[in-house]
Amino acid sequence: MAIRVENITYVYGGGTPYEKTALDGVDLTIEKGEFVGIIGHTGSGKSTLIQHLNGLIHPTKGRVLVDGVDLSGKSKEAAAKRHTVGMVFQYPEQQLFEETVAADIAFGPKNLGCDEATVEARVKEAMAFVGLDYDTYAGRSPFRLSGGQMRRVAIAGVIAMKPDFLILDEPSAGLDPVGRREIFSQIKAWYEEGAFSVILVSHNMDDIAKLATRLLVMSHGRCVLDGRPMDIFLHHREELEAAGVDVPPLTKTLLALKERGIPVPEEAVTTEEAADALYKTLGGKQKNKGKGGRAC
Amino acid sequence: MLTDITLGQYYPGNSFLHQMDPRAKILCTMIFIVAIFLAQSLWAYLLVTAFILGSIAVSGVPVKMVAKAVKPLWIILVFTMLIHVLTTPGTPLVSFGWFSITEEGVRNGVLMTLRLVYLIAFSSLLTYTTSPIVLTDGIEALLTPWKRIGVPAHELAMMMTIALRFIPTLLEETDRIMKAQSSRGADFTTGNLWQRAKSMVPLLVPLFISAFRRADDLATAMEARCYRGGEGRTKMHQLVYTWRDGAAFGAVIAVTAVLAALRFLPL
Amino acid sequence: MFDIRHLTHAYETEDGGTFKALDNVSCRIRKGEFTAIIGTNGSGKSTLARHLNALMLPTDGDILVEGMSVNDPENVWPIRQKVGMVFQNPDNQIVAAVVEEEVAFGPENLGVPREEIVERVAESLEKVGMSQYRHHSPAMLSGGQKQRIAIAGVLAMKPDCIILDEPTAMLDPVGRREVMDTVHELNRTEGISVVLITHFMEEAVTADRVLVIHKGHLVMDGTPREVFSQPEKLLAIGLDVPVPADLAHLLHRKGLAVREDCMTDEELGDALWPFVSKI
Repeated sequence: MAIRVENITYVYGGGTPYEKTALDGVDLTIEKGEFVGIIGHTGSGKSTLIQHLNGLIHPTKGRVLVDGVDLSGKSKEAAAKRHTVGMVFQYPEQQLFEETVAADIAFGPKNLGCDEATVEARVKEAMAFVGLDYDTYAGRSPFRLSGGQMRRVAIAGVIAMKPDFLILDEPSAGLDPVGRREIFSQIKAWYEEGAFSVILVSHNMDDIAKLATRLLVMSHGRCVLDGRPMDIFLHHREELEAAGVDVPPLTKTLLALKERGIPVPEEAVTTEEAADALYKTLGGKQKNKGKGGRAC
Repeated sequence: MLTDITLGQYYPGNSFLHQMDPRAKILCTMIFIVAIFLAQSLWAYLLVTAFILGSIAVSGVPVKMVAKAVKPLWIILVFTMLIHVLTTPGTPLVSFGWFSITEEGVRNGVLMTLRLVYLIAFSSLLTYTTSPIVLTDGIEALLTPWKRIGVPAHELAMMMTIALRFIPTLLEETDRIMKAQSSRGADFTTGNLWQRAKSMVPLLVPLFISAFRRADDLATAMEARCYRGGEGRTKMHQLVYTWRDGAAFGAVIAVTAVLAALRFLPL
Repeated sequence: MFDIRHLTHAYETEDGGTFKALDNVSCRIRKGEFTAIIGTNGSGKSTLARHLNALMLPTDGDILVEGMSVNDPENVWPIRQKVGMVFQNPDNQIVAAVVEEEVAFGPENLGVPREEIVERVAESLEKVGMSQYRHHSPAMLSGGQKQRIAIAGVLAMKPDCIILDEPTAMLDPVGRREVMDTVHELNRTEGISVVLITHFMEEAVTADRVLVIHKGHLVMDGTPREVFSQPEKLLAIGLDVPVPADLAHLLHRKGLAVREDCMTDEELGDALWPFVSKI
């Protein structure tokens, strides 16, 4: 199970004065089981790239294959493969349209041709997945829910299609810190359950650092960096700056401390983790000064 | 892509026509349209043709672009042609049982169709050389004197401005919602008419909700910036007539006068 | 600038009860001050902001804007001229299809003479660094640029105060920086009071003063240092703490005697340095 992106180029508005190359020779493979973070400034080509992954747009040059099937094909098989890659757009709550939460979530499975019993089972499952109680919310209008709840309904609508890969474009945009924390802890839980591979596009480097197993950095339509997030954040700062993206705030602070000669756990992804390690190197010694002296 | 559609028909440039006052352009276009319908004789048609070709040359808009403006209306042109050819009584050329094609019919058909082509071509010059925003200003200015009899000039112009402003935004939004629903397996392109109409629901409902939300936000934002309708408002851009407008009026009125003379005076 | 007195705003809820979005909030905001208001979604912070320029009216209590009560209908328009507002969604607040017309919209509404509008537009665009985009369509601009145009549109009304209601929530990091730099610059050089509603703590840290709103109440009020050195309180109501403050606090709790009110990396470095030299 893998998404294979074969040297794709995408040109907008070909032949008009507005012609623009959005992707320029991107070549990569995303394996099942990976948690891929994609970062890059606005206009770097990251949105165009993810829209290729489920066949919403087709490359001008090159191919996108899911399990060996070319997504640009007209066959039933190609259509089926497109649906194994679920896509949660930015502000997904804006796509809700049905009268009830359950009906909206059922839209995807129904389009797949599932029978009624399967649809209902999938709706229940998806709602449980995003933490919405079926009995409480199934019959309610999605438009009467809070912003955070609407977003969960929208995500459930994609999950109900049972994708192998789930693409999330800025899933925390517009949420407050609590909402952000909730949505990311949930994404983490889904991933760890092994429900699907995740492809996460985010400006929130903090979350990328905490979650992703692999990081792609996009700039000017190319994938300029590809590797383990912490390796990229710690050892490729110049390239990151050139690509117009930040390092996580915690990493930034730790690197600033390191520059002053303070021994820091630079790979830490949570403040708790960083504080523990700092305490061990700094505080631990101070408190146990006597003991340390004796050992000498 | 929906967002590839360029807004309006404006063809950027800096020609004589581009620099004219929009009010003058609108009025000149209206006068000349009347003039086109005055033309009947061969000489009159030649004059009209020459004036239109001259205007196109002055505007710097390629003839191809003007042709493009006429093309979408071909059905109407063919229809006009047929009606005239088939219904005008006179000397029959060919007869098919109960109806016949007459000489007068062919003549009328050709002339009528030509008039329509000229009309569309000439008005397309107005939209090609005037940006929608300037056009709105022109319309508002022309309507303002009619305020006294209840024409809401300012409101109409404000509506047009806001529509112009939001068309690109809503097109982008349509594209995004279509993609989002396609990702959930929606199919907007196949099936019979009823199925297709039904498949628009998941697109239209979110689009309307969003449009209303935007309208609400915009109203609040306008209120926050002290918008209270047209009363007591000033305008940054004031339209001024220049020598160009005088010259254009002169030319159009002269042509119209000659056409009127050709038609009504026994020459 | 603002004297908020026992401000309450109550709604009727669907089940017939009343919900107080704001409950007896009192405070004063001085002229020239850069105030950040933080709180979770639904805390009432936007409701508070909309009272400051009479877009919403108190159901109880009063606000004096430079001495003018918002409850007096006569004062509504002068208050809105003095107190400009920039909203969250850049796409939903831009009225005109050309940048300069957009900036002229406010002064046109105020009936400013034509020549002066032209001057004000040029000046306002200059101040937000968008002069070269005068004749562009806003649709072609980035989110950060759109927000700067919105700020210019408010500036052209010559306000004493600008309220920004989560102006960066929909922007990418580059746009966020653009907007924050512009706002700080205006506060510093023009002396314009700023009220910034945000849920990005790193933005709140840069303010002179931070107000924390929770469930309609004003629960904290002080300098960023005073507010962010109490991370437990902030975390409890669902807000974040900037990284240096968070780290200092965690180390302090573990028993390391560092000062807890570190706002910047430098301060944290200074606070940790004595321990390093002891290793």
